[in-house]
Amino acid sequence: MDRIYLDNAATTPVDKRVLEAMLPYYSDVFGNPSSLYSYGQEAKKAIEEAREKVAKALGADADEIYFTSGGSESDNWALKGVAYALKDKGNHIITTEIEHPAVLNTCRYLEKEGFKVTYLPVDEYGLVKPEDLKKAITDKTILVSIMFANNEIGTIEPIEELVKIAHEKNVYFHTDAVQAVGNIPIDVKKLDVDLLSLSAHKIYGPKGVGALYIKKGIKIHSLIQGGTQEKNRRAGTENVPGIVGLGEAIELITKNLDSHINKLTFLRDKLINGILEKIPYVRLNGHPTKRLPGNVNVSFEFVDGESLILNLDMAGICASSGSACTSGSLEPSHVLLAIGHSKELARGSLRLTIGKDNTEEDIDKVLEVLPQIIKRLRSISQIV
Amino acid sequence: MKESTRRSKNFFMKKNIRVVVGMSGGVDSSVSAYLLKEQGYEVIGVTMQIWQDKDEEAVRVEGGCCSLAAVNDARRVANKIGIKYYVMNFKDVFKEKVIDYFVDEYLKGRTPNPCIACNKYIKFEELLKRAWMIDAYYVATGHYAICEYDEERGRYLLKKSVDTSKDQTYVLYNLTQTQLEHILFPLGKYKKDEVRELAKNLGLPVASKPDSQEICFVTDNDYGKFIRENAKEEIKPGEFRDTRGRFLGYHKGIIHYTIGQRKGLGISAGKPLYVVDIDAENNVVVLGYGDEVYGDELISYNNNFISIDKLEKEMRVKAKIRYTAKEQDAVIRPLEDGKVFVKFDNPQRAITPGQSVVFYDGDIVVGGGIIERKVR
Repeated sequence: MDRIYLDNAATTPVDKRVLEAMLPYYSDVFGNPSSLYSYGQEAKKAIEEAREKVAKALGADADEIYFTSGGSESDNWALKGVAYALKDKGNHIITTEIEHPAVLNTCRYLEKEGFKVTYLPVDEYGLVKPEDLKKAITDKTILVSIMFANNEIGTIEPIEELVKIAHEKNVYFHTDAVQAVGNIPIDVKKLDVDLLSLSAHKIYGPKGVGALYIKKGIKIHSLIQGGTQEKNRRAGTENVPGIVGLGEAIELITKNLDSHINKLTFLRDKLINGILEKIPYVRLNGHPTKRLPGNVNVSFEFVDGESLILNLDMAGICASSGSACTSGSLEPSHVLLAIGHSKELARGSLRLTIGKDNTEEDIDKVLEVLPQIIKRLRSISQIV
Repeated sequence: MKESTRRSKNFFMKKNIRVVVGMSGGVDSSVSAYLLKEQGYEVIGVTMQIWQDKDEEAVRVEGGCCSLAAVNDARRVANKIGIKYYVMNFKDVFKEKVIDYFVDEYLKGRTPNPCIACNKYIKFEELLKRAWMIDAYYVATGHYAICEYDEERGRYLLKKSVDTSKDQTYVLYNLTQTQLEHILFPLGKYKKDEVRELAKNLGLPVASKPDSQEICFVTDNDYGKFIRENAKEEIKPGEFRDTRGRFLGYHKGIIHYTIGQRKGLGISAGKPLYVVDIDAENNVVVLGYGDEVYGDELISYNNNFISIDKLEKEMRVKAKIRYTAKEQDAVIRPLEDGKVFVKFDNPQRAITPGQSVVFYDGDIVVGGGIIERKVR
């Protein structure tokens, strides 16, 4: 059975060209970048080239890019680093109810550490209202962290406007752009964000590597103490192949960003329209237009999402619903609850996220299989 | 496949060879999954996530039958056997049908058997439903019991396992004909030792795990604490009285007592005293002497019958009043409201409201119900 992969928001396959670029740095150019001999210096050079590629993709300067182990570390670093650096100035952080757990749970941790956190609500589309942010800022607020685009429902937040509000009150602004990078054009200078998290494995790069953009002059503590890597801000021998992979991946995706976005948007809208036409009692989650080009998220009434995912799996289609808990079972999504879904409806949700390797045939196949599965699941839930 | 004698009465689903095996991570369910695969079924392992959020940390640390450690064990076994494996979320339904029931029964002065509730509502109702949703005709578990179709009666029968010391039919008496049609118990004809041996020979990572004994969701085995933490009302101390209503002392709260209990009463009398009744309404625990713990008549409710469609007239059976009790000769007869009157030939010790009474005809399970009260 051919497998159709439609969970590109969870992770993406490493692009062959990215893999090619990484391979020399495992066994050939394996030197420690901190060493003086040429083996090490070649590795160091590769890191700096990757840094420039990431900087270029974001419109940043190379010395504003810091490599990390991924999106979660970047988020942790941004939040904890700023909180501890500015704790004498204030103890208030503002975020939203629909953040990724990397942000939400870091905030909960900081609450235990004595910080106060405001979790802004969102509207039915998942959009943060700028006036809510305005009202939430106090003279104790030190950081606003709002995601660029939501990983579950794909809603793109009005970051530029939100940054302006934070900066009017001289508050730092961090954005988790893990889903946005490679799917939306990003210019950190134009947006004026202070910190931005990104991850390689969402853009056809390797797992275990990411970056944090830290605008020059931003006060932030280190998360990982040790050697002097990353200008003394993030210790640990660099993940050279990973960093090279991130550089290559972000360069490739931004080079053809327009056509990538057009292709995904076309497939997305075909899939959304097909589902809405063919299946009754369904609704689209998230915003119809302010959404990630590859994101489809729908809720089916009278359907158990877990059973739906397993049925799709058996039909060779990889999809997701809600968020997996530690054990691997499914919980109703906090994002869908935040946009006003009941627990029952939130359970019946399906996320299909399209990537660069998907084809129109994939979408046709889903539109053929999905209505049958929904019909069968509904008929069983009526009987029992 | 030797199941060919079964005929499907199911009107929405074609018979197939896909089976969902409930996997706890223990030896029995692991071997069940293996045996079914060997028999040619298309096996899908499923662990039901039933533990609740707040004790996630506790189960991670302490284990318990359905903890994260159990999930890891089950997943390892599934990989070893080479079957698909999923974890499914049953948190809400387990809370409602098992945990809340467990707590409420204790608050009513009764002693529930949560495993019976779990089998009735979770494993063979909710899990079976989920199995159907992934187009699996069967659900299987590692229970020691035999499920067979009887041509003569035109009914599915539930029978005691070959290893009678391990027989678990007592906790399965609620199964309906529809459920039995969709159930496989691969261990019914095996002895526990054989199952362990099989697990060992296969190199299953769980071969040496001990049998689970306690209630899986009370991870530290402290029922009193669990009920206090989960009850909506406060657990209040009250009075011990004798069977004639005379005050004997104070108790810690009725949830701490069960019929027949002798230890931990903190009352000294000439002869040993036992709990003979719990009066939840007045928060009184009634104590009596040895012979007052015995009774020979009871009424059961929420009855289910398997070998017969309905109890229409008096019937001679063997009956047992708790999981560990021996079967005893008894006569059962229907009461008007669907309840059943059970009269034992000889007095039984500690007839306990909330526990189940299960009726047997030889190896065959006739049916059973929950003990409402001792009559005398």
